[in-house]
Amino acid sequence: MKLHEYQAKAVLAARGVPVPSGRVARSPGEAEAAAGELGGPVVVKAQAHTGGRGRGGGVRLAATAAEAAEAASAILGMQLVTEQTGPAGLPVDSVLVEEQVEIAREIYVSVVIDSAAGVPVVIGSAAGGMEIEEIAEEHPEQIHRAPIDPALGFMPYQARQLAFALGLDGDLLRPAVALLEALARTFDEVDCSLVEINPLVVTADGRLLAADAKLSVDDNADFRQQALFGERDRAQDDRLEVEAQDAGIQNYVKLDGSIGCLVNGAGLAMATMDAIQYAGGEPANFLDIGTANSADAVVAALRLIGSDADVRAVLVNIFGGLARTDVIAEGVVRAKQMDLIPQPTVVRLAGTNVDDGRRILDESGVEVIRAEGFAEGARLAVEAAAGGAG
Amino acid sequence: MAVLLDGASRVVIQGMGAAGQREAVVSRDVGTQVVCGVTPGRGGQELAGVPVRNTVREAVDEFGANVSVIFVPAPFAADAIAEAADAAVPVAICITEGIPTLDMVRVRRHLRGSATRLIGPNCPGVMSPGERARGGIMPPDVYLPGHVGVISRSGTLVYETVDQLTRLGIGQSTSVGVGGDPIIGTTQREALELFEADAETAAVVLIGEIGGTAEQEAADYVRGMSKPVVAFIAGATAPPGRRMGHAGAIIAGRAGTASAKQQALRDAGAEVVESPADIGRTMQRVLRERGLL
Repeated sequence: MKLHEYQAKAVLAARGVPVPSGRVARSPGEAEAAAGELGGPVVVKAQAHTGGRGRGGGVRLAATAAEAAEAASAILGMQLVTEQTGPAGLPVDSVLVEEQVEIAREIYVSVVIDSAAGVPVVIGSAAGGMEIEEIAEEHPEQIHRAPIDPALGFMPYQARQLAFALGLDGDLLRPAVALLEALARTFDEVDCSLVEINPLVVTADGRLLAADAKLSVDDNADFRQQALFGERDRAQDDRLEVEAQDAGIQNYVKLDGSIGCLVNGAGLAMATMDAIQYAGGEPANFLDIGTANSADAVVAALRLIGSDADVRAVLVNIFGGLARTDVIAEGVVRAKQMDLIPQPTVVRLAGTNVDDGRRILDESGVEVIRAEGFAEGARLAVEAAAGGAG
Repeated sequence: MAVLLDGASRVVIQGMGAAGQREAVVSRDVGTQVVCGVTPGRGGQELAGVPVRNTVREAVDEFGANVSVIFVPAPFAADAIAEAADAAVPVAICITEGIPTLDMVRVRRHLRGSATRLIGPNCPGVMSPGERARGGIMPPDVYLPGHVGVISRSGTLVYETVDQLTRLGIGQSTSVGVGGDPIIGTTQREALELFEADAETAAVVLIGEIGGTAEQEAADYVRGMSKPVVAFIAGATAPPGRRMGHAGAIIAGRAGTASAKQQALRDAGAEVVESPADIGRTMQRVLRERGLL
């Protein structure tokens, strides 16, 4: 789960990371009041789950409170389009009004999981302000890494080494060490999958400040990070993906193609998408129904797929292990009978209870196209989608 | 012989809830020695015909358990893995999905230097059909005893691959689901090492997916292997930055893409399959070319 910048900064500030003074605002009036309270010139920043907000017109400078109100009214309600969002963009319902700071230097710091090493790693680069991918391509020698041993935690010597490598010495050493330690502590306490400060700025008057912050929380840790999950801004997620979550379908991702997929298992779901493309089509979604222990869950998933205006054919590809093909078949039959999936529907069943599954489909009399294998299923779905379009 | 699990394996099921009980029965029906279950507080009872104890240590001391299959719910699964390691169970197979990543960071550190090899988590488990040995959740009917090893991050792609092989009359020595999480106990590379050393295995299917660099590390090992490897990478059509179900299946950077992984495996001498429907047929051709079929 991604947090907004203002949420990330609150989490970091509570653990000792210095951030610029700022207030979140949801109307031009609130932005004006926030700027008045802060005094002096401010920056008004769109709160949306994307990078590159400045280039997308989501960040404006304001010299006065009145200008802050104008900036907020231009930003609030926009669909912010950046290179990361796709053409539809993301809605902006709030802005962060922050003091402007005079920047002397920009630095990059983050903590991520290094899955090869199996530990979190603190990453720093003196080349701040750029995306880490760009730094890695253009200045790999400027990336410094400090792996965290979970038995020891992030050690002070590592923070010092990193601070020196980033040129944060002299009067900046102590605050830099404290900031890096706070960053590592946040990662651990909040179950982060990413915490990134980019840029971390050295101000003209010699302070360290987190000018921007990104924080993602491990979805698997929702049961012990309930306060943060309670603040989730679901307006940032795709509408169909939110509906999927509400229906208890955790693993749904909306894509651009025309073939709706219902599959069990993430790997098979990805491979089904690949097979569709191999057969000349494009998947409309990724959907892993998981163990699907009730026909209701299958019906809910098919309702979702059927309601997607992009979908011209549906492919159900199930290889039952823990998932039972008879339960899936019952769900398909009910969804067809309720007309939730009017699109042509190709069904491929294999694995646990497959004979029962096939019998349920046969005896129901609902119209589905049966496929034996996976490639056949993909091919039939692509043909059905093309037929439906013509 | 096979890898990780064979006819001599004595299996304990940690977490005798509904799934644990059901799978215990399926494994026993296959012929696996399911000797004990562990659920704290239910020690002394019998569930699904399996004696239950409170701790893994009792399962080891009393029943000689040497493989643990873990079904404990995600918030408590790391604790269950550590308990298996503390009881020095040689192989712990964790089926549980959704364990917080930082829990796995700590557990993996704890396992370093221990006597326990962890398979998973978030995996379908291990099955050696010729040994009638099943530790996991896979449908046993699709298997056929034979000499192809199967390694996969995804569970359902294990079944799909095994099914394709079986339909062509090509049996399997062992299938190993290594798990779909970013931090796992046994990597694809380590599983390849096990198969390379296994006298019963003549060739290996490696099923990877997008995200991380584990397939590149596996490719480094493939280069020096004596046995042929057929590989498929799922997620060629997945968009970057989106998690595809598995916590580990997210493209962050070029190394995580399917094409980068395919290239690394191809360069290392693996036979890379483009369509997931062609895995079995490709293995058939490779075995024929090598005079192994």
